[in-house]
Amino acid sequence: MLLGYSWSDWGSILVMQGFAGLSLFSVLLLMALGLAIIFGQMGVINMAHGEFMTIGAYTIYVISKVTEQYFPAFMPYYFVVAIFAAFAIAFIVGYFVEFILIRHLYKRPLDTLLATWGLSLIMQQIFRSTFGGREVSPTLPDWLMGSWSPTPSIDIPINGLFVMAITILVTAAVIISLYKSRWGLKVRATTQNRMMAGAVGINTQKVDRMTFAVGCGVAGVAGAAFTTIASTGPTSGSLYIVDTFLVVVFGGAASLLGTVASAFSISQAQSILTFFMTNAMGKVVTLLTIIVILMLRPEGLFASKVRK
Amino acid sequence: MSTFYERWLGGRQGALGLLVLSLLIFAILPLFLDIFRLNLVGKYLTYAFAAVSLVLLWGHGGILSLGQGVFFGLGGYCMAMFLKLEASDPISTAKQTTPGIPDFMDWNQVTQLPLFWVPFHSLTFAIIAIFVVPAIFAYIIGAAMFKRRVGGVYFAIITQAVAAILTILIVGQQGFTGGINGITDLKTMHGWDINTNSAKYILYYVNGLLLIGVILLSKFVMTSKFGRLLLAMRDKEDRVRFSGYDVANYKIFIFALAAVISAIGGAMFTLQVGFMSPSFVGIVPSIEMVILAAVGGRMSLIGAVYGALLVNYGKTAFSESFPQLWLFLMGGLFIAVVMFFPNGLAGLYQTYVKPHVDGFLDKVGIGGKKKAAVAKVTAPAVAEKEEAAK
Repeated sequence: MLLGYSWSDWGSILVMQGFAGLSLFSVLLLMALGLAIIFGQMGVINMAHGEFMTIGAYTIYVISKVTEQYFPAFMPYYFVVAIFAAFAIAFIVGYFVEFILIRHLYKRPLDTLLATWGLSLIMQQIFRSTFGGREVSPTLPDWLMGSWSPTPSIDIPINGLFVMAITILVTAAVIISLYKSRWGLKVRATTQNRMMAGAVGINTQKVDRMTFAVGCGVAGVAGAAFTTIASTGPTSGSLYIVDTFLVVVFGGAASLLGTVASAFSISQAQSILTFFMTNAMGKVVTLLTIIVILMLRPEGLFASKVRK
Repeated sequence: MSTFYERWLGGRQGALGLLVLSLLIFAILPLFLDIFRLNLVGKYLTYAFAAVSLVLLWGHGGILSLGQGVFFGLGGYCMAMFLKLEASDPISTAKQTTPGIPDFMDWNQVTQLPLFWVPFHSLTFAIIAIFVVPAIFAYIIGAAMFKRRVGGVYFAIITQAVAAILTILIVGQQGFTGGINGITDLKTMHGWDINTNSAKYILYYVNGLLLIGVILLSKFVMTSKFGRLLLAMRDKEDRVRFSGYDVANYKIFIFALAAVISAIGGAMFTLQVGFMSPSFVGIVPSIEMVILAAVGGRMSLIGAVYGALLVNYGKTAFSESFPQLWLFLMGGLFIAVVMFFPNGLAGLYQTYVKPHVDGFLDKVGIGGKKKAAVAKVTAPAVAEKEEAAK
């Protein structure tokens, strides 16, 4: 007996709190995967990454409204299509952003930070002008609602399970395409030594543009996952951006495995601490712990052993 | 006298720049603006402290801190705590459940003044705290980061996280800090009403004098041996380290100095505006401070002041009449400065205006032959550095 809860209560609390952490983990990891590609591989500090997530979230919203209005029969299935659309639209926007803005700044990482912050302000204002300042939510298909109760005291929401499934799929896809495909080989070659990659015939400009766009696309998928958990507003993305950067930095910028591990530990820590303290204090303690660990291991948990 | 002229004022151009700026702050603006607008300018000038500190830290030290709002806020809160205690004397708070403590504490069922508030009854302590608290805080962050050779992007992200943490803490601990509303309703400073027009004039002038003083101090730092080391560290940190200098200690010092400069700005902000809130601490205001320095020209102390004045004036003017347009403009400004004017206003001055000014001064015969001996880091030098980087 602890704090007036019985042992079985504690078990349920742990499972549910752990599961809440897993939902947070899914969104954080999807955000961080995109950023791990853009920041970890390319070294570009994309402060507008959160806005690419918001693009994905608004895409889902728009498609859900259109489906509801014109193709009500299609409602149960639209979400799957919409996820691909969220990827595609964020991908296309990212492609053009790289072409217009980012490619001029590869040599100045700190300046990409300022420029993309400016970009994020502009994108937020575009969202606000298009969709209004209020938060919106898509109409979710029925099968996403409700929850699954393995025991009477445990409730696990279906949408959380669904988001986790997406996360696993996307993570696998990113790992395979970065480490097992020809494109991934080109990406790694370009980011490690641009000159040499160019010399062996890789079109580095094209690789950069694709890499950046794919990172943005993954953020769009994160947005799709985000809509099942919370409502979307113009500034939703900026709420996550610092956390996401910390996830990537904490895991070791170039290591995807590190990104997964750090997203997991951060979200679990935050979720479990939130139960014992107030929401704010849970977050403060988590962030402080990350900073202290980063002081001990400045390269992150899983630093790649590369000589600089 | 000549070393003073060359080193502290930065030769003919530097002296001219300071003269124009002083005329603007002390004569032109007070003559043409009513006290409401002048008070606004005073508020902009408090941001200029943060911008100047970023010129030192980022322009010259190559250390991008996205947490200057933290220090601005610490300074501001130290001052606000003193003023708040004075405003909540037992007589004027007699209606509260616990008279003599700030009103927001009473609303939050705090019945005793928290321990860390107690020393702020003394103005001397508050003023010392404005310098010491940010310095200690910066020392802790700086020592932890720079000793472990965390720099560049990582440092920027971590300072950002620190800003987030402090904001969450201030907002969360409502009973101790006033929460999201901050510390409001500040009235007097040692019995001197800070909300009267005459007090506002005096505070504006004090603020201006402090700003000029900070610029002179920063110039002194930049032109000293330490300043040259700072530039060297920014460009080739390893070489400086291999030459036997303890790079970390120099970085910690400049980080703490920049923190104190920002904190002075924060304290003056509280005095002139009459409140302090977490909205000046977080990530967004911190990044806006960086953009002030960037618009002014990241290498130019005086440019930073103009950057602060122009950007904040634009913000006020546009957000009054076209709130949507402002965010577009602000975003566009960030992108434009980074892509097209990496040296900001100061760079534009160097390229387009300075040759004419030089020609004119030569003609009139002021300070003609003696070129400034102090190596000025001008636009081409920065461009070269950026080419060389990576």
